Amino acid sequence: MGPEYEATADQHHVDDHDHHGAPSGIKRWLFSTNHKDIGTMYLVFSLLMFFVGGAMIMIVRAELFQPGLQFVDPAFFNQMTTMHALVMVFGAIMPAFVGLANWMIPMMVGAPDMALPRMNNWSFWLLPVGFTFLIATLFMPGGAPAAGWTMYPPLVLQTGDAFPFLVFAIHILGASSIMGAINIIVTIMNMRAPTMTLLKMPLFVWTWFITAFLLLAAMPVFAGAVTMLLFDQFFGAHFFNAAGGGDPVMFQHIFWFFGHPEVYIMILPAFGIVSEIIPTFARKPLFGYNSMVYATASIAVLSFIVWAHHMFTVGMPLAGQLFFMFSTMLIAVPTGVKVFNWIATMWRGSMTFETPMLFSLAFVFLFTIGGFSGLMLAITPVDFQYHDTYFVVAHFHYVLVPGSLFGIMAGVYYWLPKWTGHIVDEKLAKMHFWLSAIFVNITFFPQHFLGLAGMPRRIPDYSTQFADFNMMSSLGAFGFGLSQLLFVYIVYQTVKGGKKASSEVWDNPVGLEWTVPSPAPYHTFETAPEVR
Amino acid sequence: MTNSSGIRLAGKITTLLALMTIAPAAVADMVLNLRRGVTDISQTVYELHMLILWVCVVIAIVVFGVMIVSIILHRRSRGAEAADFSHSTKAELIWTIIPVIILVWMAVPAAKTLVVMEDFRDSEMTIKVTGYQWRWHYAYLGTEVDFFSSLARSSNIARQVRSGVDPFSVDNYLLDVDKPMVVPVDTKIRLLITANDVIHSWWMPSFAVKKDAIPGFINEIWFKANETGTYRGQCAELCGRGHGFMPIVVDVLSKQDYAAWIDAKDGGETVAMVDSTTAAEAPAVAEELSGEKLYNISCSACHQVNGQGLPPAFPSLVDSAMVKGPVAKHIDIVMNGRVGTAMIGFSTQLGDAELAAIINYERNAWGLNGGDTVQASDIAAAR
Ligand code: HEC
Ligand SMILES: [Cu+2]
Repeated sequence: MGPEYEATADQHHVDDHDHHGAPSGIKRWLFSTNHKDIGTMYLVFSLLMFFVGGAMIMIVRAELFQPGLQFVDPAFFNQMTTMHALVMVFGAIMPAFVGLANWMIPMMVGAPDMALPRMNNWSFWLLPVGFTFLIATLFMPGGAPAAGWTMYPPLVLQTGDAFPFLVFAIHILGASSIMGAINIIVTIMNMRAPTMTLLKMPLFVWTWFITAFLLLAAMPVFAGAVTMLLFDQFFGAHFFNAAGGGDPVMFQHIFWFFGHPEVYIMILPAFGIVSEIIPTFARKPLFGYNSMVYATASIAVLSFIVWAHHMFTVGMPLAGQLFFMFSTMLIAVPTGVKVFNWIATMWRGSMTFETPMLFSLAFVFLFTIGGFSGLMLAITPVDFQYHDTYFVVAHFHYVLVPGSLFGIMAGVYYWLPKWTGHIVDEKLAKMHFWLSAIFVNITFFPQHFLGLAGMPRRIPDYSTQFADFNMMSSLGAFGFGLSQLLFVYIVYQTVKGGKKASSEVWDNPVGLEWTVPSPAPYHTFETAPEVR
Repeated sequence: MTNSSGIRLAGKITTLLALMTIAPAAVADMVLNLRRGVTDISQTVYELHMLILWVCVVIAIVVFGVMIVSIILHRRSRGAEAADFSHSTKAELIWTIIPVIILVWMAVPAAKTLVVMEDFRDSEMTIKVTGYQWRWHYAYLGTEVDFFSSLARSSNIARQVRSGVDPFSVDNYLLDVDKPMVVPVDTKIRLLITANDVIHSWWMPSFAVKKDAIPGFINEIWFKANETGTYRGQCAELCGRGHGFMPIVVDVLSKQDYAAWIDAKDGGETVAMVDSTTAAEAPAVAEELSGEKLYNISCSACHQVNGQGLPPAFPSLVDSAMVKGPVAKHIDIVMNGRVGTAMIGFSTQLGDAELAAIINYERNAWGLNGGDTVQASDIAAAR
């Protein structure tokens, strides 16, 4: 019973439009205020960062290929794991979602552009600036940050010259995210086609709307936490220094108050994407639209009261441990609702399995596996055994790689014809899917066993009993990394040419974006469409 | 890489590739699951783990089963026509309420276990555990016994970058220490856990205890081992360059053996105890390991192989007034460390000859020409 869409007739003419098209040259990109161009820049940037972060983890997996230290010094190893996480989280996953939001949200709500186009430009261009700082730390005396992306003091205060750059980079990236979030909220609130009521919005718009509020609430907290670190380091503030009356555990509380919503920031938009894709290829409306919206909202609210499940071992009072255990288990309920709804959408549908659908199905399968291990981790007394082991590494990579990343891939394959006007080469795309899906499991499934057998995370070398699974995991990682080159080729090929895509691209997809031609003209919906 | 390890590597890769393609049955000898451990708590934890694992497996079978059936039956290529239902309040209520019931059912035993874990009453002895970058220190409260526990020398040599030593040839590679914690069996032992520099985490999988060691804070855990034996664990919280190299070993002895052990150690014999190990090893080691090697093993983690340290955290020795200045102060800091910094004293960890060799190396390497030679007797005199 999803909402129905109908474009007003004047959406279809492009060529005879009196409005200017894209400006040419570098200025088009540098000064762009066009949501589509900015979306493209976000996506290209995130792809670049995906390979930078990927290269770092290749070094890590090469070192872990067998026991003993073959290639790198442990200090450099720690720099690589830390930077891998920072680059993937803040450089690859988050910007990719913002890129998709930029491209799709205005088109999905029938708006001509984002509400605050100049700010949009700025929030993108802050990213390369922030990452220049972050990546430059690799070449500084003392090396890049090496205390993990969680940056716990006092360890993080042992960072060399890189330390202030780390803090500054986070400030910049945080500012970028906050501006992006404001823009998305304002666009959704104020720029929707008048007939598109809130409960007619596509789920991708809904999940991003909720994500944007999470960003607004969480990023300033993070900025505050790193600022306190900065004060401790340079101005003798002792926020986190017990000897000066501070509390090192307080940092962890503040960090995870940001960090847990952050993990939902990285998954909710993916929920939205697969909620768009599954109905299209099941040829059946999304099951339980309203409950999907409510489930997303309750996940978002709950995400602010579960943070300390990341730190059960710090020595909390019993009452605290119980509270965080119960609240964490509770999150399983709305998450389960989402999974059940996706499956109910498929049930008695008429499914076909184009690449976006394959990635979405893999998403549902593998994200759910990550959800199961998450549930296991919620059980505090057992978490003492799992915490800080490879079991956790397996868990969060299951929700982030076949979760968030596959969600992004699904979205890219789904909308790429709309962006480029060309149909994707299905054969190659399917190959990319199968390679990714197989290697992702070879990489991360054995890590569950490693963790249960007792291998701590973030170690550059390990006892010989862990050798076999580590080798398997490394081989999987190399395979996964190489497979992604195919993705780059496919995208490149589709941008360059290929079979012309119709405006609908797929078989009767629902949504305003499919009422405009492919490729989507530079300006769309200058007059609001009608949504029934 | 030595030849034999090269061959073993090739062999392993082949086996692994074979494994991935054939059956998981062949994986039988690999450790796949949590260990049961040797305390009542660890058994309970194991059972909780299995309970929730099976709950997940059952839910997975149902959920993935429905999904697979749907993927098989409801596909257009089989001529499936799409239905157009899009909600069912009944179904949604069911799949909200059933999970809640399952969760409550799991939360109860979990909460009970937690309560037991937090019950420190009636503990029979207390050991203070302090995490250092990168070793553990154990102090038996109420006795004179206290000592550092560091990565065993054989592992420490093998774990150097491109050491040329095959880790498979080392017993308990990276899981062995020079001096394990020793405790009696069937005794409720309380650990007070803290750290000297950064956060570490004391983890003993066989006892199902893991607690962060936080500078300025004292955390508590307890365990009561039911079986004698040697149990191994590792630091679980990233603590810098040597994080992977600060294992934990606990020897659980019978009550009589423990009493004998503690009697031998106690009563002002701490130094003697330390010497008994180092003295036995020292002559052989001194021949084998030059000051440079010893420095690279014990000091380079912070001060770096080139002596330039990682300022501001770890000072450069090349530019150090102390290293260039009178030798007595230099000996003092290496032996006794500096309180409140990552620079711990090495007097309990290294023998006289080794300390002398390291100090000589520092004073004469990297273009420094101190010229003076410290003798083992100088160190002995400073003890
Ligand atoms: C865990 C890191 C760490 C290790 C390992 C370490 N040191 Fe240090 N060292 C330090 C720190 C930190 C200081 C500075 C202490 C201070 O603030 O005064 C220091 C100071 C020193 C100094 C005095 C430098 C000066 O100019 O004041 C000497 C000499 C020294 N260390 C020698 C050694 C030797 C010899 C070893 C090996 C046996 C060693 N260190 C191992 C961290 C370490
Ligand atoms: Cu440690």
